[in-house]
Amino acid sequence: MRRLTALFPSVRAADRRLLREGRLSGPMPWVLAVMLFLTTLAAAGGLALGQAAQRMGGGLETRATVQIVQADADARERQAAVTLTALRGDPAVRSVERVGAAEMAALLEPWLGAQGTDDLPLPVLIDVGLTRADAVPDLARTLARVAPDARIDDHRAALAPVSRLIGTLRWLALAIVLLMTAATGFVVVLAAASALDTHRGTIDVMHLLGATDIQVARLFQRRIALDALFAGLIGLGAGMLVLTLIGRQLAGLESELVGAVALPAWGGGVLVALPLATTLLAAAAARWTVVRALGRLL
Amino acid sequence: MGSIVRFENVGLRYGADGGSDGETLSDLNFALAPGSFYFLTGASGAGKTSLLRLLYLAQRPTRGAIHLFDEDIVTVPRDRLPGFRRRIGVVFQDFRLIPYLSVYDNVALPLRVAGVEERDLDTPVREMLAWVGLASRADTRPATLSGGEQQRVAIARAVIARPEILVADEPTGNVDPEMAGRLLHLFDALNRLGTTIVVATHDIHLLSRVSNAQTLRLEGGRLSDPTGALRYPPRNSA
Ligand SMILES: Nc1ncnc2c1ncn2[C@@H]1O[C@H](COP(=O)(O)OP(=O)(O)OP(=O)(O)O)[C@@H](O)[C@H]1O
Ligand SMILES: [Mg+2]
Repeated sequence: MRRLTALFPSVRAADRRLLREGRLSGPMPWVLAVMLFLTTLAAAGGLALGQAAQRMGGGLETRATVQIVQADADARERQAAVTLTALRGDPAVRSVERVGAAEMAALLEPWLGAQGTDDLPLPVLIDVGLTRADAVPDLARTLARVAPDARIDDHRAALAPVSRLIGTLRWLALAIVLLMTAATGFVVVLAAASALDTHRGTIDVMHLLGATDIQVARLFQRRIALDALFAGLIGLGAGMLVLTLIGRQLAGLESELVGAVALPAWGGGVLVALPLATTLLAAAAARWTVVRALGRLL
Repeated sequence: MGSIVRFENVGLRYGADGGSDGETLSDLNFALAPGSFYFLTGASGAGKTSLLRLLYLAQRPTRGAIHLFDEDIVTVPRDRLPGFRRRIGVVFQDFRLIPYLSVYDNVALPLRVAGVEERDLDTPVREMLAWVGLASRADTRPATLSGGEQQRVAIARAVIARPEILVADEPTGNVDPEMAGRLLHLFDALNRLGTTIVVATHDIHLLSRVSNAQTLRLEGGRLSDPTGALRYPPRNSA
């Protein structure tokens, strides 16, 4: 806490005038704003993908579907009955629900038309809720004994490529955020050095008039921290705006998979922390630069 | 009372490697008495500015000892130097006014650095500006002033905090003889209030214009004292 107040010193109004006021004078704040904007997007992307992966995993890992494909309706119904019994008796199964004929018809209607399903040998579909994600192979063996035409499908397997893609994109987002943070650090250090250059005359005079290193550093810290904060808020604001627009378009897609893409509740906190962290970084860099430069003087 | 400044075997050599073309300043041994008025003369390039820079703590000597206010400033911890600097007023040869600050803010700078409250600052700054004849220019920027006016702002800034020593490097370099006389008069008035004054100049006509001033002369980096300032106790402290 003490370090924080040291980074954000209260500087008297008159002292602030010692450095040319007027925010956003150089290109530095705008560069920072652009970087913060991109960092915000990358971070939001990473967080949303993480959330999506979790939801997909959470929702699908413990679900499976049993299909019974048999042209003979009687045989199909017999197998369906024993399958349901076997599933209900298995401790790894949490819930069992046969997809009704009406629902099946509704699912197929887009392809076959309203009357098309009446005399088709539709497979039996059973939606299974599992108590553990790795129960599918055991269930498959059990079912093979009682119902030869039953096939159990693990949704996880179907979604594995998507999961892998999401995983890769998350790492990419993390890498981008880290790179952008490092680049932001460099920009801030360069900005401090260039501000030092610009105000070299003022610094020398203040030094010779008896200002302490900390007195001089405070002015810089404050000025650069304010610039960084301002830039950060612009970047964050623009990023949030874009995210909101994208969010609306995603909502319009009404896709279950895409619907899983959303920021976790604490994600907003992470995004807001980005400009604040940049501000702290800027203040620290300014202080370090000025104190080091003054340290070379007598 | 002893001396306010004492140099012992001080030498100054520019350049990181110690330089090959000898010392700019050599074997400086002298003491300045508090409350006295000194002129420092010498040809251009003789080392006047260099000596003053040692005096106002902008430069460390290559060898020797410098005592300021009875403390050895070569060995004193660095964090005590700002305290010393606040007791020394400097008129730089090139003024060094801060271009984007008003005349008022330039003059107020030493008081603000010293932490004087805003409400206690206005009166002395206005008085000082009136003293150097610039009361009506308080809100202008230095760049819009003439050379002589800028010089007076620099002088006002140097004396505003009532320093114990005033160091002025060619303070009359940019002004006509009449203004030079007026500025010297300012220094003289300050000197009568007890400030030790050191004025570097190569204008020998100035020397006779302050009645009780002593003269130090730099030649080839060494000091001589044509008025015997260093050999005899200064008049004021006798
Ligand atoms: N920062 C520096 N680095 C290297 N050499 C310097 C530096 N400052 C001064 N010198 C050299 O030291 C010598 C003395 O310079 P100084 O400025 O002290 O002379 P001066 O007496 O003040 O001259 P003037 O009357 O022209 O102001 C000169 O030869 C100059 O080139
Ligand atoms: Mg000089």
